[in-house]
Amino acid sequence: MFDVAVIGCGVVGSGIACELSRFRLSVAMVEKENDVACGTTKANSAIVHAGYDPEPGTKMARLNVEGSRMMEDLCRRLNVRYKRIGSLVLAFRESEMECVRALYGRGLQNGVEGLRILAKEETLKLEPGLNPEVAGALYAPSAAIVDPWGLAIALAQTAVLNGAKLYLNSPVESIEEAGGFYRIRAGKNNIEAKYVVNAAGTHADEINNLAAKPFFKILPVKGEYYLLDKNQGGVVSHTIFHTPTAAGKGVLISPTVQGNLIVGPTADPASGPDDTAVTAEGLQKIAREALRCDASVNLRESIRNFAGVRAATERDDFILEASPDAPRFVNAAAIKSPGLSASPAIAKEARKILEGIGLRCEEKEHFTEYRRPPLFKDMTDGERRIAFGRDPLYGRVVCRCETVTQGDIRAALRGPIPPVSVDGVKRRCGAGMGRCQGGFCGPRVHELLSRAYRVPMERIMQDKTGSYILTGETKAGDAT
Amino acid sequence: MTKRYDVVVIGAGPAGLAAACKACEKGARRVLVAERDREAGGILNQCIHNGFGLHYFKEELTGPEYAGRFVDLLGKTGVELKLDTMVVDITKDKTVHAINTTDGYMELKAGAIVLAMGCRERTRGAIAIPGDRPAGIFTAGAAQRYVNMEGWMVGKRVVVLGSGDIGLIMARRMTLEGAKVLACVELMPYSNGLTRNIVQCLQDYDIPLYLSHTITNIIGKERVAQVVVSKVDENRRPIPGSEILFDCDTVLLSVGLIPENELTRSAEIAIDPRTNGAIVFENMETSAPGIFGCGNVVHVHDLVDFVTGESQRAGAAAARHALGQQDTGGVLEVEAGSCVTYTVPQRVRRDHVEKSMELFFRVNNVYHNMEIKVMDGDSQLCRFKREHMAPGEMERIAVPRVLLDKVRGDRITVTVVPQEGA
Repeated sequence: MFDVAVIGCGVVGSGIACELSRFRLSVAMVEKENDVACGTTKANSAIVHAGYDPEPGTKMARLNVEGSRMMEDLCRRLNVRYKRIGSLVLAFRESEMECVRALYGRGLQNGVEGLRILAKEETLKLEPGLNPEVAGALYAPSAAIVDPWGLAIALAQTAVLNGAKLYLNSPVESIEEAGGFYRIRAGKNNIEAKYVVNAAGTHADEINNLAAKPFFKILPVKGEYYLLDKNQGGVVSHTIFHTPTAAGKGVLISPTVQGNLIVGPTADPASGPDDTAVTAEGLQKIAREALRCDASVNLRESIRNFAGVRAATERDDFILEASPDAPRFVNAAAIKSPGLSASPAIAKEARKILEGIGLRCEEKEHFTEYRRPPLFKDMTDGERRIAFGRDPLYGRVVCRCETVTQGDIRAALRGPIPPVSVDGVKRRCGAGMGRCQGGFCGPRVHELLSRAYRVPMERIMQDKTGSYILTGETKAGDAT
Repeated sequence: MTKRYDVVVIGAGPAGLAAACKACEKGARRVLVAERDREAGGILNQCIHNGFGLHYFKEELTGPEYAGRFVDLLGKTGVELKLDTMVVDITKDKTVHAINTTDGYMELKAGAIVLAMGCRERTRGAIAIPGDRPAGIFTAGAAQRYVNMEGWMVGKRVVVLGSGDIGLIMARRMTLEGAKVLACVELMPYSNGLTRNIVQCLQDYDIPLYLSHTITNIIGKERVAQVVVSKVDENRRPIPGSEILFDCDTVLLSVGLIPENELTRSAEIAIDPRTNGAIVFENMETSAPGIFGCGNVVHVHDLVDFVTGESQRAGAAAARHALGQQDTGGVLEVEAGSCVTYTVPQRVRRDHVEKSMELFFRVNNVYHNMEIKVMDGDSQLCRFKREHMAPGEMERIAVPRVLLDKVRGDRITVTVVPQEGA
């Protein structure tokens, strides 16, 4: 019997599980995929918003600003990449300057620090490559960029390190109130828990409806992106937005913590909660809008296109509350943008809600945060020599584009939640993230996984269960 | 601890091997070849088909055989070969930073450097194919590695996008291994592969080639399930209503090669945006004195035989530089004229040309009955007739030194024009 079962292991679920693992509680983490951070967490803008967008008074507004304040310290403790680079919302017309002023006012109300309205000259001084027709901008120095899946994985690993039990490959099929506790059937597992937290992302309505009365529906919104080569990473040095419209915050241009440039997203209805297909129209739309802000962005340097699905609902706020009808059941649902920014605050808030409905939280004496092992590419020459002395495999570069060594991969395989797929390795070490997109290192990572788990090559997946890479041996057979 | 070498060659593919052997032959004593893979030979090791060496050895070899000849040759020299060794940085002052599992982190000083890192394949992300992102989408070269070197099949029903040589070769290879290749789809109205590969890899196996078509959607959650192929108009835009649906589990991409010049850029060497490789002189020296380039890292070749010749020139010049001879003198620019997309070399110091200068270039379309003219302003230096020219087939001409000496201007122009009277 667990005290709490958290359903969904994205950045929200992992954050909540991590927070709960600080206390004398038994925690189950239930995830339908073969790894954590497989949904919206791995496909978003990777931005920590300052907090001037959400409507004042909403949970989104409060938790965004709180989360944004907590993020830097959290990332430092977990060794997750984070960089406070500031953001600019550009205006090109007087009507858009009005919008900038409105955002400024909203930001002040939400408690965002350091906001300033910049005139044309100041804007161009900060970002000389911008369209010179820019009229002015809202400058938010507290906005940042982060590695979202790195954060979620580090949070989930911390939870596991502190005793949480992770159930992977466990899609929840039923949740039954059994008198003071819930019986959850998830894949091959039957999990019993007194409290349940629903952090199931774009599937959160389905999970709610297994235990409680339907009262919200996820209306999935798709965001498509371009990820550009590192040679474009310096085109801008802040996160650049255009003034928002009713459709959303619009297309942004931003460096990523990995050094690439991200351009996107669109905001179009998705055909379902897992519809992450990119479309020709979406990509064209991004190109049009991005080039309006900064014509020097070279989309021909694209290395990947992707799309993520945001868990929007009719309500323009997060649904972070105890269920009105199911006892001991908390929804952390409709966590759309700025969900990543708010996630550290959401985790604390969710724990307080659980306490409010009777969960007793006593702090543990020993709580250890999982620090992601430093990557070879981030080390100084001296650190590299030390790492090599400890493990000579730090001398073998597996991913040449991102300089990921076999030592890095071995360290990831020894972590509390080891990767099982080629993309799992990518999310932890960055192998295959670069310009050749795993063309060279994919087969090598594949082989390392096969050896590490002592399973045949055919059984190693690219990513999710079912994403097989090989269909069998050739006529001559395995050469190795 | 810093080790010193006369010549450090980066890459032990056909370019690096030929350059290293030649550097040794020309008197460089301490020569190192650093190779990131587990074996020397580069991409030739996975090219188990024949057709290599017709020009250089005057016989038909497989890729591994061709590489093997140079690996053997290298073994007879005193060249040091470090396998499983990655060069992570080079600087203008010719310091090479490298790592491997036995030596750890190394800092090497070189009298001359030869860049021979080859190229990589363009990916799906580079050409922005819409659709899902399931497993089963491979660059043709990655699939070739699995099939030919590691003994694994990557799929059963295959659509090939792009008609570059590797894609054509893999269409045949997958067929021979029992897979069904449903189509080879090419965006352009002509193939980018060698004619002999169109015949021997597609036509001989009844694999349809769809010219002026492209993939406009990939469908499949975990693994590729279907692809949509559309016809494109003259501006390469998909024509609505022309969609063909293929049930397949695999997409192979053969959509171009990109020279791997990250190290080149780190040494601040000038890059030609047309080739995506370093701008080179007649001896393959880059804009950084003492740093040379050869093979696919300079410009993508079709035939390894030409890589060998070019790399031997680079190796010889690197040895000369390391031994203290500087290549200087007046420079002639080589200009790409009508129908010509680029030339290699881009610059000539004619005092250093011996009998003749080898010049490579490509044309921008398919042409028949043409004439290549090398011009000095308005006056013609020399001309060469060609019955058939295509972007997929690199052209090679040799311009005699005696003619270069006659040039009065500061540049020569290579142009392609219809034959007179044709």
